[in-house]
Parts: sequence; structure tokens; C-alpha cells
Amino acid sequence: MNESRKIGDRTLPRQQRNWDARAAANFICGGAGGGLLLAVALASLHGEDLRPLVVIALALVGMGLFAVWLEIGRPWRALNVYLNAKTSWMTREAMMAPFLFASGAAAVLFSLPAAFWIAGLLGLVYVYCQARMLHANKGIPAWRHASCAGMIVATGLAEGAGLLCAGALVWRGLTSFGVLLAALLALRFLTWWKYQASLRDAGVPIGTMKAFDAIDVRFVWLGHVLPAVLGVAAALAGLPLLAVLAGVLAAAAGGWFKYTLVCRAAFTQGFALPWTPTRGEGKAGPGVQPGWDRVRPV
Amino acid sequence: MSKRYAMAIDLRRCVGCQTCTAACKSANATPPGVQWRRVLDIENGKFPEVSRTFLPVACMHCADPPCMHVCPTTATKQREDGLVTIDYDLCIGCSNCIMACPYDARSIEYTPRYAYGEAMQSETARFDPERLSVATKCTFCKERIDLAAVTGQTPGIDPEVTPACVNSCISGAMHFGDVNDPHSNISTLLADTQHFRMHEELGTDPSVYYILDGAKA
Repeated sequence: MNESRKIGDRTLPRQQRNWDARAAANFICGGAGGGLLLAVALASLHGEDLRPLVVIALALVGMGLFAVWLEIGRPWRALNVYLNAKTSWMTREAMMAPFLFASGAAAVLFSLPAAFWIAGLLGLVYVYCQARMLHANKGIPAWRHASCAGMIVATGLAEGAGLLCAGALVWRGLTSFGVLLAALLALRFLTWWKYQASLRDAGVPIGTMKAFDAIDVRFVWLGHVLPAVLGVAAALAGLPLLAVLAGVLAAAAGGWFKYTLVCRAAFTQGFALPWTPTRGEGKAGPGVQPGWDRVRPV
Repeated sequence: MSKRYAMAIDLRRCVGCQTCTAACKSANATPPGVQWRRVLDIENGKFPEVSRTFLPVACMHCADPPCMHVCPTTATKQREDGLVTIDYDLCIGCSNCIMACPYDARSIEYTPRYAYGEAMQSETARFDPERLSVATKCTFCKERIDLAAVTGQTPGIDPEVTPACVNSCISGAMHFGDVNDPHSNISTLLADTQHFRMHEELGTDPSVYYILDGAKA
């Protein structure tokens, strides 16, 4: 099929192709990095020297930003991204980044407790900006639901806790955070359940639910139930390796979800008619919304 | 009250000839694969109760444009007369506006493309490097509308200052004018017909009206 035919056929919702794996990497790495900064701030109360985890978190955020920089059409104009703080969540995300790196660097260089907390809170704000960035995209029905933003935040928090637990490989004291991980996974599961229900309730392009249905069972069992059980078991039995496994599973599942959300489930709105027009002697017909899982009411 | 330019498309009249598509490509020199305006062919029903509707679509020049809100560079702007524009010098090609648009109206081309591989003389003459790697879309032929301010002509009435697609429509399905003027051609037409705007429920307040039937009895 040639390109012009494809464009002429854009009646149906189509999978968006403008944001690819590089954009997904920004949400995956940025969310995990932001979540890890918050988790490290919490864990810093334990008295461990977790500065290497802050470095990893900053590297993740940096990798995400670098990936998205590779994707933009005019990378040498990238600083223009700062011009619309009034309404653009992409601008706000970009504005958070330097403060996040500065506070993270202060935490690493000077071990200031306040710097850990500021970096942690900015990490949370960074994740929130990413969530709102997706939510503002009215052209993608899977993203514009409020529960999608909730899902991004819940995923970032769970990924952060997951990476913190993975740190139990080096810092055995982090094993007890398996309980926190289990709690955040429970939160993510509830958000996932609510997100899917709200999509089915409001109606979405058929391809969106197909993409989510394709991951649902494995996402729930391997990404939530198993790591939650492992996390609690690790904390109760004091087994760091179980905490590491739980953390890796939770973080990988979060990345998998975000890749699916950005690259697989993101279908465009498509077009709809509330009813079909009258022609000549004919009468108006029923409405139609091609490619959706519901028929628009007339 | 300031002007708000809008388009009304009578779906009872559209025959799906794609002349507006061709006129837009000719007027705006869009490359192959990029159609700022196109006519969709929607089939509905099951045999023997089947209908086809031709639906011309493009940028809806929304009064509350989501593309403008998400744009991180302020490249997407809204003029006082309602036209939504893109400043190619500011745009970084992040595609956020493409995701925000519920009308699939925007596109980005990263490399030059020509109809037959090699550039023809006409394509070379009209090639605009500013349009590479930035978002592009229907402009409502804003140069023509701007000309109206100079000549005193009326967009939607005088062809020189009316969008190319509207001028080209062979069935008289497309209309253009100031919807804030209650006596304009388009306001009169809309007052006499039943119409809708695409995806109004999303709160974008689009400036393109689709006429489906005559006035209610």
C-alpha cells in the first residue's frame, strides 16, 4: 500500500508513529529516575550512604532526556522548549530537569539531607509533569484519561521503589523496603484496574484495548503479584536476593507498560459522524464512529 | 467583536472528488504523502442498508486549540481572527502538537520528498527548507486572508481572499466566512441548517462546521 493511500484512509484511528521508542525511553527512564530519587530520599533516613543510587537516578533522567533529544526534528533549537511554561507540560518537565540535576548533584557532592529530600520531591514533580504531558494530548484517547496520568505516577513510584530494592544487592539494609514496594505495587495494580475500567467505560479505539489486553495477564502476575509476594517475603525473611528480584520485576514491568502505552496502545481519535447526512430523497442515517469499541449515540 | 473565520462543509453536497485536496496541494506545495486537506470516505451500515459519506477534513482552527497549549516553544499560536498558525522558526519538531490534535491534522516531514523521486523544476522552485522537521498543517490559506485586509475584499465572498479548497469545490459544498458576523454568508447558512462540529465533546471549539440536513421543521 502506498503512502498516499494510507493517508486517504485515515478515517480509522491509527497507531501513532511520531513518538517512537526514543520518546518511550524518556517516560521509562525519566519516570524510573524520578521515582528512584524519591525512594532514595525516603531510604536516606535509614542512614545508609545511598549516593550511588542518586547518581543512577540522575543518569536515568539524563538518558531519557537524551533519547527524546535524538527524536526531535530540530535538535539544535532544543532550548526553545523553555518558551511556554504557561501551558505546556513539556516545558515544565524541561524546567524541572536542571533543578533536579542540581539538587541531585548537591546530594551526591555534599551529602546534605535536605538535598536528598529536595531531589526526591523534584523527582516526584518530574514524574507528575510527564504524566500531565500525556494527559494533555487530546488526540490520543488512551492518554487523555485522568487515570492515565495516575497510572504514570503510580508506575514511577513503583519503579523507584523497585530500583531501590534492587539496591539491596549492595546495601542489605534496603531489603526491608520490599514492604514499601509491595504497597506501591498494590497501588499501581488498583490504578491499572481503574484505568482499564475507565477506558472501557468511556470508549476507546479498538486497537488500544487490544494492546492492553495483550499485556494484562503477564503485567498483573509478573509485574505486581509476584514482585509483591517476593518483596514482602524478602523483608520478612531478610533475604536481599528476593528483594532484588522483586525490584527488577517491578521496574521492568513499569517500563514494559510505558512502552506499550506510548508505542502500542496510542491510537489516534479517528473521525465520527453523529448521523449521516440526508442526500436527495433519502433520509438521515445512524451515526458512525469507525474503529471504536462503541457506536456513537445519535 | 473580532472576526472569527470558520468553514462550513455541506456533507449533503460533497461528492468526494478530492478537488479540494488537489487545490490545497497546488496552493501550498505540500510534498507527496502530506495532505493538509483530504476527503475521507466513510462507509456505514450493512448490505443492503449501506451509505457512504464523504468527509473533508483538515485543521479545524479550534478556538481552544490543544496543539497550542501543549506546544513547548510557542510556535503554535492563535491569531485574533481565530486562525491557528505555526512559526517554523520556533518549532523544534517535538510532535507534541500532533499527539494533542484530535483531528489528525498535523504532520512532520524530515527529508525532502518529490513526486517522482527526483525533484521536478516546479518542485525545486517551491521547495521550502523551513518546512523540514517542523510541524505543518492547513493554514486556512492565511496569506489570502491577510490580503483581504489590504484590498478590502471579503474572505468567503471574493475568491482572491478565500482558501483554495473553498474556491475549488465543484459542488459548492464548502463555505468560508466570519462566523462572528451574524449577517455573513456562513452565519446565514448555519442558521438555516442542522450541523455539527467534529469531536465537540473534547472542548476544542473547532471552527469547521459540517452540515448534515436542512433546518428543523
